[in-house]
Amino acid sequence: MNRREFAKLGLVAGAVGIGGLPLGLTRAVGQTSGGTLNTIIQPEPPILVTALNQQQPTLTLGGKIYESLLRYDFDLKPIPGLAQSWEVSPDGLTYTFKLFPNVTFHDGTPLTADDVIFSVTKMLMETHARARGTFSRVDKAEAPDPHTVVFRLKTPFAPFLGAFDCTTAPIVPKHIYDGTDYRKNPANAQAIGCGPFKLKEWVRGSHVHLVKHEGYYRPGEPHLDEIIYRVIPDSASRSVALEQGTVQLTQWTDVEAFDVQRLSKLPNLDMTTKGYEFFAPHQWLELNNRIAPMNDKRFRQAVMYAIDRKALLARVFFGLGKVATGPVSSKTRFYEKDVKQYEYSLDKAKALLDDMGLKPGADGKRVTIPYLVPPYGEIYQRSAEFLRQSLGRVGIDLQLQGIDLAGWADKCSNWDFSMTMNLVYQFGDPALGVSRTYITSNIRKGILFSNTAGYSNPEVDRLFEEAAVATSDAKRQELYSAVQKLLVEEVPIVWLVEQDYANFIDKKLKNVITTAIGVHETFGTVSVG
Amino acid sequence: MSVIALDAKGGRGVAVVLGIVGWLAKFVAVVLVIATFNFVLVHAAPGDPAQVIAGQSGSADAKLLSQLRAEYGLDKPYPVQLATYLKRILTLDLGFSYRQQRPVLSLLAERLPATLLLTGTAFLIALFLGVVLGTLAGVRAGTWSDTLFTVLSLLLYAMPVFWLGLMLVLLFSVRLDWLPAFGYVTIGVEMTPLQHIRDIASHLVLPAVSLAAVYLAIYARLMRSSVIEVTHQDFIKTARAKGLKQGRIVARHILRNAILPVVTVAGMQAGALVGGAVVIETVFAWPGLGRLTYDAVLQRDYPVMLGIFLVMSIIVIVLNLVTDAIYRLIDPRVSLRAAS
Repeated sequence: MNRREFAKLGLVAGAVGIGGLPLGLTRAVGQTSGGTLNTIIQPEPPILVTALNQQQPTLTLGGKIYESLLRYDFDLKPIPGLAQSWEVSPDGLTYTFKLFPNVTFHDGTPLTADDVIFSVTKMLMETHARARGTFSRVDKAEAPDPHTVVFRLKTPFAPFLGAFDCTTAPIVPKHIYDGTDYRKNPANAQAIGCGPFKLKEWVRGSHVHLVKHEGYYRPGEPHLDEIIYRVIPDSASRSVALEQGTVQLTQWTDVEAFDVQRLSKLPNLDMTTKGYEFFAPHQWLELNNRIAPMNDKRFRQAVMYAIDRKALLARVFFGLGKVATGPVSSKTRFYEKDVKQYEYSLDKAKALLDDMGLKPGADGKRVTIPYLVPPYGEIYQRSAEFLRQSLGRVGIDLQLQGIDLAGWADKCSNWDFSMTMNLVYQFGDPALGVSRTYITSNIRKGILFSNTAGYSNPEVDRLFEEAAVATSDAKRQELYSAVQKLLVEEVPIVWLVEQDYANFIDKKLKNVITTAIGVHETFGTVSVG
Repeated sequence: MSVIALDAKGGRGVAVVLGIVGWLAKFVAVVLVIATFNFVLVHAAPGDPAQVIAGQSGSADAKLLSQLRAEYGLDKPYPVQLATYLKRILTLDLGFSYRQQRPVLSLLAERLPATLLLTGTAFLIALFLGVVLGTLAGVRAGTWSDTLFTVLSLLLYAMPVFWLGLMLVLLFSVRLDWLPAFGYVTIGVEMTPLQHIRDIASHLVLPAVSLAAVYLAIYARLMRSSVIEVTHQDFIKTARAKGLKQGRIVARHILRNAILPVVTVAGMQAGALVGGAVVIETVFAWPGLGRLTYDAVLQRDYPVMLGIFLVMSIIVIVLNLVTDAIYRLIDPRVSLRAAS
């Protein structure tokens, strides 16, 4: 084959459209339906059943296949999903959902209240750790008619209404899963949900091909004919795919932070950091409170003063995010901004360390501390180097240790670390995503994202506990404000950045990011043209 | 690695059968030792697949971890796990990847062709061009074209393979738009078998060339020095004295003698090619075995890791046998016995 033939091949590939995009676009001109969306999935998920696996890529892809009762706007207020309306009793114990009447699963079976009850009280209780935390509070679930579900709780639990997004409570077909071994059910390969798209083909290592679910319950939806998720493991190749137009949408860390500014200038792309409000990822420096000197409040405060977090945000995160002021993200509910401020001050840091009696030795070092570099990518490596330099200036010598994901998870969850960085989601409510890091009852060895720092304070425990069961938002705000002030004074961990992620969206695409779960949403209303 | 210890003299049939049985016994023993070693090695790394899943899910509880561990058979003591594993291997059962919800054998079978196509093509390009260029440089040793060759091959050898790959993508895909930047086939298009082959071929060019580059440099340099060495031997002088033409001397006398070291090295590297394409497969999103290995290691997908290691060790053993056979073909002085 000579050069010219190669060139021809390239042209052919271009003409038929890598992934058929140009065809899809022509078809879509002047109408709202039809067309193909090409995007990226990275890393490749192990399975697509979100009830069985909650890794990030599984949730992104599975959001098109599985739906839940509610969706949430950017302020995390519930809006209709499978439920067209809902009611909460004044005592905060009874939740009644009215379902849309014409919902069907991909195999044609109608979805009824029984499927909802089975999913929430049986299957997810077995298979979904996060859902288990919330739905274990359900005392009784009933279906007075096929389109009404009533949940009665044992005690009031304020964030209950916040747990019906498709990543927490995906509704699965009862007739396929009831009475089977969920994880070994052969139907897992087909991933049957009731979302606007169904699985057509999954070529491992290459792509996942979703097509329109014809029996979708929302009239006119989905607009797109198909979505193709391509597996592109290398970040440079992902940027090329976006520049070339091979893909029209990227999410999360598909594009590395250092590439974001460059790609933002491309004329055919929009960039937005919206759509992560539900997760509100909070980036922090975790200190093992069990060991000296991290067990001393003055040391933790000194670390807080010694890090120029604005510079960290600008240099390492390339401005993608906001400096975190405390345990609750400003993107989520019940954030309190009136807390103690830790401005960048080496003098204050040194004074606190001196006060502890941690004096510098002949080499200027006060203490040497091992630091576990989390294996989540470039940003973590650069952050580690930034932190080592920052803390080095006040005599805290960090020794960086590289490790892979399995090793990091093992050491972090078994408290076998001194310092590390950690990224934790807030899940829309402090009772779901924040308290778990600080309350004594969640110090559980071997469990990631529990209170691995080992911080314990009875007053903090009490405030979080009361806030979780309080029924009025005003009361909850009061309690959460109090606990935020207390925690920021105590600094159990050093909050760094509320991290943002860049979604790059081709200008031809409409309605991509519409809710607080962003790219995890169903994409029923997304259109091209 | 010992190879068929045949002796031409005496009881041929028996010797052949005994030889093959002996070789097979050794083969099985080596494979079992390798399997045990692999098992110990993969379990020596800290962390387990349950922790990885928890780490990527953003939340976990004790029930999830114990469920996953029971499901993966990780709750049993190591000796029991090892015994189960070895027993399975003997029945050619490589186990089940719970991560991917597939039998390991079918995962490997799915990925192996893509890898073999990529590495095989790269290997042939590297070997052919390496031998030709190396020979040309060798016979012109000391001239400016030889110097140019040396500089270029050194450059190629020193170039990081992922960087070369990205540069080729930038030039041929982004700038010129001649070749697809990544992937294995064009997705979502109906094609005739012929179009399909052309499509795969066009996707294959960039990764295969990038992967071939480094090996090409190695073979070419090796070939060059080997040719120079052979050129100074007596039988070449004799050939020249006989009045043979230069082309014939190179083709019949020099090449055949000089190629042996290249075959040795290529034989050793052919094994590495099967598993060694991780970087290229990642850069070009090529759905091969290298990436499967990499993902399996990161996810601590023990059955897949062990399965891949096992298949690779078998391929290496077989390739060594093939290398020995090729030796014999090229140089009749080398008997299979001598090669053992």
